[in-house]
Amino acid sequence: MEKKKYSVFDIILAIGLGILCVTCVLPFVHLLAVSFSSSSAVAAGKVGFIPVEFTAASYEYVISGGRFLRAMAISVERVILGTSLNIVLMVLTAYPLAKADLPGRGFLSGFFVVTMLISGGMIPTYLLVSGLGLKDTIWSLILPGALPVYNMIILMNFIRGLPHELEEAAWVDGASPFQTLIHVILPLLGPSLATVGLFSIVGHWNDWFAGMIYMSEPLNYPLQTYLQTLLVDFEQLLQSDSSANIMEILSKMNARTGRAAQLFLGALPIMCVYPFLQRYFTKGLTLGSVKG
Amino acid sequence: MKKNKKQGAASLWQYYAMLVPGVILTFIFSYIPLYGIIIAFEKYNVGMGFSSPWAGLENFRYLFSQPTFTRTIWNTLFIAVWKLALGVIVPVTVAVLLNEMISDRLKRIYQTLIYIPNFLSWVIMAGVLMDILGSDGAINGILNALGLQSVNFLGSAKVFPWTMIFSDVWKGFGYGTVVYLAALTGIDVSLYESAKLDGATRWQQIKSITIPLLMPTIILMTVLSLGNVLNAGFDQIYNLYSPAVWETGDVIDTYVYRLGIQQAQYSVGAAVGLFKSVVSAILVVTSYVLADKLAGYRIL
Repeated sequence: MEKKKYSVFDIILAIGLGILCVTCVLPFVHLLAVSFSSSSAVAAGKVGFIPVEFTAASYEYVISGGRFLRAMAISVERVILGTSLNIVLMVLTAYPLAKADLPGRGFLSGFFVVTMLISGGMIPTYLLVSGLGLKDTIWSLILPGALPVYNMIILMNFIRGLPHELEEAAWVDGASPFQTLIHVILPLLGPSLATVGLFSIVGHWNDWFAGMIYMSEPLNYPLQTYLQTLLVDFEQLLQSDSSANIMEILSKMNARTGRAAQLFLGALPIMCVYPFLQRYFTKGLTLGSVKG
Repeated sequence: MKKNKKQGAASLWQYYAMLVPGVILTFIFSYIPLYGIIIAFEKYNVGMGFSSPWAGLENFRYLFSQPTFTRTIWNTLFIAVWKLALGVIVPVTVAVLLNEMISDRLKRIYQTLIYIPNFLSWVIMAGVLMDILGSDGAINGILNALGLQSVNFLGSAKVFPWTMIFSDVWKGFGYGTVVYLAALTGIDVSLYESAKLDGATRWQQIKSITIPLLMPTIILMTVLSLGNVLNAGFDQIYNLYSPAVWETGDVIDTYVYRLGIQQAQYSVGAAVGLFKSVVSAILVVTSYVLADKLAGYRIL
């Protein structure tokens, strides 16, 4: 690349876009600063992007209360179970559908694709999950979305793009379709499985709605559902808290700092997988499109 | 391909065996609810489930006689159409501008920053927005410092839809920008070089090279988003609205939720759901046909 000269336009462009991009993260920096500031500094409106009167009282409260950690444990359980099930089902479904000459393939693909176009909607799904007795179990959060069709299609397109020679070599050696899938195809799926797997992880972690309608006991809420309740009732929750050292903690924190701390902790795992997400994201996009 | 010959038709059953779990789960959790829509034409009775007494079009008649429901259709269309329009214009503009940047490193840093919000849940985002948009929040602090009046972003019925539109575009524009940038990297650099030799200015290059070559992707993304005309964004609005802004901020999905699940009026809720599904399905099919015709995009 030749060295280019920077014009005034380039500098204005870089600064302008820089401001735009920074607005995407500043609110989170502010949130972090609020969570580590004292309640009096926050109430006085003194907190910008750096904590004022630094204190970790809000985090102490969150950890000591137990509710947050319990909700987080439920979310972790959901992410592990849900993502594993998603991946197994996506691979098992995508591999046969990637076989262009499988008799009945058109009908079977149609069977899955139709579900992307029309759905029963919120109410019939809710009634079905309740009717099956899944309410108040972790399965109500996992089974209704066990096979993500769009991601399965991304995977199917990827499998179709693999060279056929490897499979054919396995067949010559007498491998059955199951053996071929496990020993030949699966090891080649790395990047695309990472893409759809990360989508599953983020989807399960971020979902709050299923937890809200299927869990009747708030103690069983996954993290995002629990955080959702905080948006509305954290003030009351704090006032009704009767644990031993609450008075001392409350002298340094309030609903706003406590909420900020929990929101930040809820976003943290996503921030941790974000570098991987970013790497596979564009790849996933191109995988999903323009394959005839 | 002659793989079946080589492999022997005897093992063909294994492919169907692999499909069994996916087919069963999809049948239960997608097709049974589809059948369950029938309760939209029934008077739902908990003991009888999906085979409750027939009510014909009674639920729909009731629904469309409710001014609170017809209002949600307009609110939904207003919010969703603005989101769709800005959801194309903003990412295209940002992608074209980012593409003009000379420093590749800065470009990568900017890309990394703009699509962080895309991956965070609306619960987290709602918490952040409530904090910064509140009466004592950061944004009103800035407005006051500039000598402007405070704005009630979340509590005023006039402002609320715009708060939804702009915060959604803000959360989502990084995604679109990355898609358009990916399309832009495919453009042949020699086109720009020969344009420069001909003395074309940067603006002329954007107008006659970048935008035309980006057009297929723009059409594709627009058409694919048409299916969302009745999705104004449940996760976002539910977490930020309040009865004070129902007049302009209550949308079809929040209405279905309150009626169908909170008030247990299952049949009426399902009727709204059906109305929405039919309109969306028509739009989705139309948009896929259009995507195929206009941009040569096929999902299968």
